[in-house]
Order: sequence, then C-alpha cells, then structure tokens
Amino acid sequence: MELKALTYLVVGATFALYIAIAFWSRAHNTGDFYIAGKGVSPIANGMATAADWMSAASFISMAGLIAFLGYDGSVYLMGWTGGYVLLALFLAPYLRKFGKFTVPEFIGERYYSKTARIVAVICLIFVSFTYVAGQMRGVGIVFSRFLEVDVNVGLMVGMGVVFVYAVLGGMKGITYTQVAQYCVLIFAYTVPAVFIAIEITGNPVPQLAFGGDIAGSGESLLGKLDDIVTALGFNEYTSGTKSKIDVFCITLALMVGTAGLPHVIVRFFTVPKVRDARISAGYALLFIAVLYTTAPAVGAMARYNLANTILPGEVGTETGNLLYEERPAWMKNWERTGLVTFDDKNGDGRIQYYNDSNPDFAGSANSYGWRGSELSVDNDIVVLANPEIAGLPNWVIALVAAGAIAAALSTAAGLLLVISAAVSHDLVKGIFVPGISEKNELRAGRIAAAFAIIVAGYLGFDPPGWVAQVVAFAFGLAAASLFPAILLGIFFKRMNKQGAIAGMLTGLLFTYGYIEYFKGLFLKWAGSPWGDDVATEWLFGISPEGIGVIGMLLNVLVALSVSYVTAPPPDSIQELVEHIRIPRGIKIETSFRAAPDVRK
Amino acid sequence: MTPANRSAYWRANLGLVAASMAVWFVCSYVFGILLVEQMNKITIGGFKLGFWFAQQGSIYIFVVLIFFYAWRMNKIDQKYDVHED
Repeated sequence: MELKALTYLVVGATFALYIAIAFWSRAHNTGDFYIAGKGVSPIANGMATAADWMSAASFISMAGLIAFLGYDGSVYLMGWTGGYVLLALFLAPYLRKFGKFTVPEFIGERYYSKTARIVAVICLIFVSFTYVAGQMRGVGIVFSRFLEVDVNVGLMVGMGVVFVYAVLGGMKGITYTQVAQYCVLIFAYTVPAVFIAIEITGNPVPQLAFGGDIAGSGESLLGKLDDIVTALGFNEYTSGTKSKIDVFCITLALMVGTAGLPHVIVRFFTVPKVRDARISAGYALLFIAVLYTTAPAVGAMARYNLANTILPGEVGTETGNLLYEERPAWMKNWERTGLVTFDDKNGDGRIQYYNDSNPDFAGSANSYGWRGSELSVDNDIVVLANPEIAGLPNWVIALVAAGAIAAALSTAAGLLLVISAAVSHDLVKGIFVPGISEKNELRAGRIAAAFAIIVAGYLGFDPPGWVAQVVAFAFGLAAASLFPAILLGIFFKRMNKQGAIAGMLTGLLFTYGYIEYFKGLFLKWAGSPWGDDVATEWLFGISPEGIGVIGMLLNVLVALSVSYVTAPPPDSIQELVEHIRIPRGIKIETSFRAAPDVRK
Repeated sequence: MTPANRSAYWRANLGLVAASMAVWFVCSYVFGILLVEQMNKITIGGFKLGFWFAQQGSIYIFVVLIFFYAWRMNKIDQKYDVHED
C-alpha cells in the first residue's frame, strides 16, 4: 500500500482505539473517574504518567539531537530521567498527603496567600506555554512530512488537531487512554530501533547493539563512528564540545525542572495512597527508561547510517561522495518539507557533508575541493526519517508517525489542561470572581486553552531552537520558579509567604530574562534576542538551557533571606507542614475547594 | 505520636534521602560529567565507561534507586508506626 494511505490508516486506527477506550472507561466508572489513579494499579498509573510525560521532544527530537551532539546529548538523557528521583524523594509523597488538585493551590495554601497563588499561576503559565510551543513544532513536523506539505502548513494542521483533541477533551484524564498511548508510542519507537540494530550489528537489543560491533567488520559501532565523524572535521562522537560547567548546569536544570513541571506533579496528587505516590514515580521512570535507553542507540545508529549514505567511498576522493542525482528516496521526501536542503556549492553534483565551521579542518576540505557543507538536515527529522533511511517497510514508517502524534498530543493535551485549570480554577474562581458559575468557569478554561494553542502556534512558526531545546527552556523556568517554592514549603517549616513570593519572582524573572536576551522567546516582535548567543558572552559560561540552575539558586537565596527578616508563618501552617510529612492521618481540610473538571 | 518520635521519623527519612541523593549524584554528575574523561579510559563491552554512565548507566541506576527508596521508606513508616491503614 502507498505510504500516505497507510499512514492515514494507522494514525486513524490509533485514534479510534483511544476514543473507544475513553468511551469504555466512561461507561464503567460513572461518577468518579476524575480521580485518575483510583483503583488503578501503580503499573498502569506509571504507564499513563510516562505517556503524559514523553512528548514530541522525547519521541521526535531527542535521538536526533543526540545523533548530532554525541556525548553532549547526554544532558537530555540524564536530565529528563534523574528528575524522577527528585520527584519521588522530595515532592510526590508529600503533595499526595496534602491532597490538592493544582500546584498553585498547594502554594497558595502552604503560603497562606492569594498573592503567592497568583505568582505560582504566572510561573506555571510561563513554563507551560514554552513547553506547548515545543510540542506544536513537533506536531507540525510530523504532519508536514506525512501530508507532504511545508512545515508551516503542517503546523497549522497540527494546531487544528490539538484544538479539537483538547477541547473535545475527555481523552486526557482517562488513565487507560494514556496506557494505550504509551503502548503505541513505545512500540513505534522500539520496532524500528530493533530492525536497525539487527541491520547494523546483528544484535536485536538496541541498548546492547549500541556498544556492539558492526556486523562483519569486527569494529565497534562507537569506535567506527568516532573515526567517521572526526574524518569529516566533527568532534569525536563519544566526547563533547560543551564546557563541563554547562553540561553540569543543563543536566541539573532539566532534572529539577522535571520535578517542577506542573503537569507531571498533578499526576501524583491523585494516586490512592502516599505509598503509591512513591512507587508510581518508580514505575513511571521504568517505562520512560525503555525509550530513554533506546534513544542514544537510535541516535548513534542514525548518524552512522547518514554518514554511510552520503559518503559511500573514501573521504576526500573525487567519487567518495554521493551524487545528488542518485540520492535516496527519503532525502527527496524530506526535501519537500524544507527540513532537508541541498546546495551544490562547489558545483560537482555530489553531496558534501562535513563540519565547515572547524578552522582546523578548513585546509583538508579545501584540498578536497569542498566549498562548504552542502547538506543541512534538521535534527528533528532523524527519528521520523530513520526507518526510511534504513529501508524499513512502509508500515513501520506509518507506525512511527502514529507514535509521534500520540506523544505530542498526549503531552499537549495535558499541558493545555493544566493551563486552563490554572486560569479558570486558580485565577478566575480562586481570586477574581469567587462567585462564578461552574459553567462560566469551564468556559474560561476553554478560552484559555484556545488562546494557549494560538500563542504556542505563533511560537512554533519561528522557534528559538529545536523541539528539545525549546522544551529545555520550559524546564529551566520550572526549576527556577516552582520547584524551590514547593520544596522549601515541605522541608523548611520556617519559610513564609514573603520569602516564597520574592524567591519565585526572582527565579522566574532572572531565568526568563536570560533566555529572552540570548534566544528570543515571547518578545521576538520587539527585536529579541538582543544578545550574541556564544559561550564567551554567557554568565559563567552557562548557556540559556542551563541557566535555570542559577535562577534556582537565586530563588532559594532570596527566599531564605527574606523569610528570616520577616515574621514566621502562623502556627497553623507549621502544623500543616508537620502533617504533610507523615503518611498516616486524616485528609487536610483547607479553605479552597477542589478543582472541578474542565472537561465536563 | 510524640514530638520526639515524630522528629526521629523525619530524621530517618532525611538520612535515607541523603544516602539516595549521594548515589544519584555520583552515577550521573561524577561518573558521567565531572570525571568522564578519566572514566572513558576504561572500556567495557564496547563502551567507554564514562560515556556509558552518561547515556545508559545513570538511567538504570535511577530506576533501581526509586524502587529502593520506596521499599526502604515503607519499612521506616512501619517502624515508626506512621504507615497508612
């Protein structure tokens, strides 16, 4: 069958599956299916959390980034998994005991302050918007390839689909729909990886093939890869170019940010017991790890395949490089999206792909008659193009499209739900119009979700980086704003509202300002970025992706200083903290009522 | 529950958290980042060890670490009689 028809079929079938499960669950859980985890085993809950968490950045973008970054790509691998350890140890069990429904609600309650709650909503909106923007671009890339249109048209289609999906709703909160999404996504990710691993090394397990030998040559994959890329002027695959402090800070910002992401935290509010909150984080990470340990293998094998395709002969020989006329079908397909481009700079009709910004390699390139690297490949296409590059059957390619859409949609829907709950429940109902009817509250939530899609789409047209990088900014913002406020609220009884508010604002403004200055985010219409985004300009040599760590430290410092010079929190709050720390005990009664479900 | 008992429970919790964080830090930040060049001199199963910790090993250890923490913490809950139901 033709690829396009097959893609429609597979994507359509998975959508039908999600909707069927949604209806089936609805029928069997009459009243209380909002409490997602109730009666659901920690294993199913872990899968659902993993689907919620693994986004377009994990599915589409990460392996591609690793393929081109090599060792430096480790920041994403460690950063996006290590955060679950922080979540399990520092937040999940205590927030579960507290038993609230939104993150701003916890902050407003713990810091006995509506102002704190508003500040938390602002932080949450900054984080979630940045994150959704990354998802939209991912969705755009998927649609552009499979509808064979330009990436911006793909983005428009994607916005429409996300809008329908999120506003139709009813999908997101149902645990079993997400379990299905996890299964689709992980199957779609591992099947091509297994095929490619067999093709290259003969070992079907990607995690082992990664360290294995190339079939029939006796040379290790990583060793061979190091040789190939250094011969083209790139740095060694297994060592990095980023400074140590930058790698350290990006990893830490991603870890802490993971633990501070509102749409991840809320999943632990709803498990039945404190005990389950701890173990659920473990299961979630276990299921996430399946993809995260496969991704670096996929990255390395994709880089190897790409290099071999373009350079079938010896480096530097006249006929070593591939003739443009003889380029494989996948390259032609992706050229249509504008994400792969070729420019025959030296007019020899062959594709030269090398590192033309390496001054040490310029001499060799010149002697080969090369006039600059002629091929540009967008990182974000690697996973999607991988099955085509490896010549796998069309059904695998269609499956990958379905998996990518599942990943992007489940996360986008989760984020939109968090944004609309924050606006309708925390802002409108909690602060400005306490007497609002439930119907109008839900309407406010929907308007907020629609507005968020439009803003995210706008950001997606001209993103300040690749999907994974845009998403990394969201983590920096979460690390610098929400995480310290929650952590101090649980582990530091003396923390008061003045400290928490001052800390959150400092962390958020500093981190956001730094990213806007170097990368441009929301203020591109006003001429941002203003700064020159190079290591010599960065504060302590820390890139905008890692700056959340400094924002977090500033947050904690300001929070502690301010809280020590102002009055301690009232006794009732100190008692509340004691109560949160102990698993057993009655549910805490507080002044705000539970969040309604905006999907109704 | 007496205040003394309560603070003993909290100290036991913090001790476990500190030990877990040490493992977390060593397998990722020390082996995978700070000492990666030194670790890379060792090769096991086709991998340079530092590179392996950064792209594979740390993730496996994180998973085991959370399950270990959850198991130990349940024991501590029982010991201080603060477990649920």
